[in-house]
Amino acid sequence: MNDLAWIEAALTGARPQAVAALLRYFRDLDTAEEAFQDASLRALKTWPVKGPPRDPAAWLILVGRNAAVDAARRRRRHEPLPPDELLSDLEDTEAALAERLDSDDYRDDILRLLFICCHPELPATQQIALALRIVSGLTVAQIARAFLVGESAMEQRITRAKARVAAATVPFEAPGAPERAERVAAVAAMIYLVFNEGYSATGDTNDMRRQLCGEAIRLARLLLRLFPAEPEIMGLAALMLLQHARSAARLDAEGQLVLLDAQDRALWNRTEIGEGLALLDKALRHARPGPYQVQAAIAALHARAAHPQDTDWAEIDFLYATLEAMQPSPVVTLNRAVAVAKLRGPAAALELIAPLAERLAGYFHFHGVRGALLLQLDRGEEAREAFNRAIALANSPAEAAHIRAHLDRLDVGMAQGDASLG
Amino acid sequence: MLYAVLCYHREDVVGAWSKAEDDAVMAKLAVVQDRLAKAGRLGPVARLMPTTAATTLRKDSDPPLVLDGPFAETKEQLLGFYVIECASLEAALETVRELARANPGGAYEVRPIAVFHPSHLPDRAGVAPE
Repeated sequence: MNDLAWIEAALTGARPQAVAALLRYFRDLDTAEEAFQDASLRALKTWPVKGPPRDPAAWLILVGRNAAVDAARRRRRHEPLPPDELLSDLEDTEAALAERLDSDDYRDDILRLLFICCHPELPATQQIALALRIVSGLTVAQIARAFLVGESAMEQRITRAKARVAAATVPFEAPGAPERAERVAAVAAMIYLVFNEGYSATGDTNDMRRQLCGEAIRLARLLLRLFPAEPEIMGLAALMLLQHARSAARLDAEGQLVLLDAQDRALWNRTEIGEGLALLDKALRHARPGPYQVQAAIAALHARAAHPQDTDWAEIDFLYATLEAMQPSPVVTLNRAVAVAKLRGPAAALELIAPLAERLAGYFHFHGVRGALLLQLDRGEEAREAFNRAIALANSPAEAAHIRAHLDRLDVGMAQGDASLG
Repeated sequence: MLYAVLCYHREDVVGAWSKAEDDAVMAKLAVVQDRLAKAGRLGPVARLMPTTAATTLRKDSDPPLVLDGPFAETKEQLLGFYVIECASLEAALETVRELARANPGGAYEVRPIAVFHPSHLPDRAGVAPE
């Protein structure tokens, strides 16, 4: 790795802590961001010459704070900027500052920064965009690429989100235990949104979008370092790692989705599976189950099965039932139906999802699953109808193509049936 | 003399490496490791999972306390280790300088080994806990 790559990694690594501390000083997101930008520019000039500081975050906080104070003063008096040499010897102040940045303080700083991004008044897409911009430090252009929108549209979206956040009041004093728990839960949900944004990327979208998964995992590890004894955060990190481990097998060469049963399990990432299972193992020790842990446990059962036929569907059915009880949702029941179909056959699964028809009428996966179950029961015409509905609701060309493949097979089956009649 | 080389680095920095950057660092380290292995000087090598996967048993209380996370909340964390055979501290430092050129940033702690039990384990890194 060359100097520049090392510095960039150091800046990215230090960013959440530095921006969070600057936000506490200036209580304004734009000022904090500009201060960090200024400090980063000086780091790019100074670090290659003087070597990297022991504590990049402390250096960036101090330089960023000075730069922002200078800028404010300059705006008032049009004073020239002090030359870089005057900013040089930071070692002493840096050490003193690092001393004061004790872990409790910066824990709440970073949590506040993350929490601001997932303010309940912000729609999900704005939460994600804001977190990627402010916490992860992705450029507006990168985020725009990930969301497949133009740069100016994304710029507007982020500006609007910031304005809303500025108007809303997020208290700056250290939160009490209940507020802290609430913030952690909101941040966890936002991180999972970022992950799913990346996970839903398929062949027709781009690399930038897929990178969101890695970014979400990085944010989850950050949150877990701040709250190391929270089993649900362990569960969230485990869930994302176990899902992400399957990325290389999830899409074929044409970018089409490959179902779990058909995936080449040799392509699964063993390192991520290992870390996911280790985190889940740690979480379960706390005996405080929650939705992320249950979902991670389901993903773990898939990860542990060397072949699809080794999958413990009975346990998966049980875990989905547990999840249904924790957070009742038709989508959870729909997922459970897949396990029920494996255990007790397609008719039982069809019966389970029948009551969901109204609530999931506009949901792609409902019609896809229903079509597949009908197909297994040789109810071709009904299957075709379900698949046609699914295609109309597909969220991406890859999803549509996947259903079309089913329809094609149906057509072939019918044609062969006709032939045998003739 | 056997030396342990303990690898410390800022976890948030290493965690910010892209996959390509990580792979590049590992490839450069592999070159140094290969040379040591061919010279019969390389013992076990381990890269540890992130500290978020760590659990600490504090045994200064009875019963011992099990805590989530690494032993120490330091800025630079223990991220891996090597065992190498070297004639002297000077030789050990020479080898560690090579590793440092392949993977700059952070620190290597070089510590002579007092007791060493060679491994009887097959490579099961990252394999599921039962």
